[in-house]
Amino acid sequence: MRVAAPPAKPHVAARTEQIILFRISGQPFAVSSASVQEVRSVDSLAGVATGIDLPTLRKVRHVVRRGGKELYVVSGAAHFGLPASAAGLVFVLRKTRTALLVDGIDKMATMTRLQALPLAYCHEERKWYRGLTALDQNVIPVVNPEGFLNPEEFALLDASLVPEVMADEPVGEGMELPE
Amino acid sequence: MTPLVESTLQSFVLLRLGERRFAVAAVQISELVSPSRIFRFPHRTPKLEGVILRRGRIVPVCDVAEKLLGKALASRRFYLIAVRHYGDKSEWVALPVTGDCELIVAEMTDAGEADAPHVAGWISHNGEVIEVLDLDALTPGAEDAVGANTPVVVLEVRP
Repeated sequence: MRVAAPPAKPHVAARTEQIILFRISGQPFAVSSASVQEVRSVDSLAGVATGIDLPTLRKVRHVVRRGGKELYVVSGAAHFGLPASAAGLVFVLRKTRTALLVDGIDKMATMTRLQALPLAYCHEERKWYRGLTALDQNVIPVVNPEGFLNPEEFALLDASLVPEVMADEPVGEGMELPE
Repeated sequence: MTPLVESTLQSFVLLRLGERRFAVAAVQISELVSPSRIFRFPHRTPKLEGVILRRGRIVPVCDVAEKLLGKALASRRFYLIAVRHYGDKSEWVALPVTGDCELIVAEMTDAGEADAPHVAGWISHNGEVIEVLDLDALTPGAEDAVGANTPVVVLEVRP
């Protein structure tokens, strides 16, 4: 399903960002709506996704070929080390060959302030998140779309593919978001 | 006229963790606040519980009891908000404590070579010898990250 671009909004002085609030294994996250190209039902991937079995990269179990490019489907639960959950939606992320499995969307919201992740957080999470935002008396991590797979992981995944068996995905049902 | 006497007296905040008391230099303490809701999200840094919202700022909560006592705190009454330095930057961190804190003035003896890295020194107060904590060594920061000081190797792939 394609949706029309929203009407242009009048210019506002404060810099804001539209975000999508979603859940993975019950844990709330946010992502900039500008970095999500498409939201699809997991069911729509059936038949077009090819299995991947890399013991060192369990968070990626499927790949979809679209427009001559491979799109790696990352389990959000496995990436963040959360308990496995039944994903209902997949976010196709812009500017990266990554799609993210999520439980579902809570709502859209407007982020007025993105605070840097405190420096006490000093491990992989610094790549996972763009920062934190306070919304309705909650603190939500804002994910970095480019933080799900690093260049070495992309190289590993690319090397694992057998090109001739992968057919290009036909246009399916999904909700394409305006850039 | 009182003669000028060089003094090494400093102010310290005494905090209680379980049955033990520790000290932190008072200049590093911002405030003592009641426990508030902790917001948790996935991460890989040990000793961090989550974050709290304080005066519009997002403050990480560092549980230092495990390292100092060898066990987690059974109860917590306050968060001691302290300043933690990260190179030339500084940020607030919240330390859960189990009791009231006390401001004292004492003379610190510097830590010895045998002391743990998180011990900045020692003070004596009411017949008790108390560890002065070095928060920069006690709480996590970039220096704890694996390979933090290792240069990143970028692999260039050419056709």
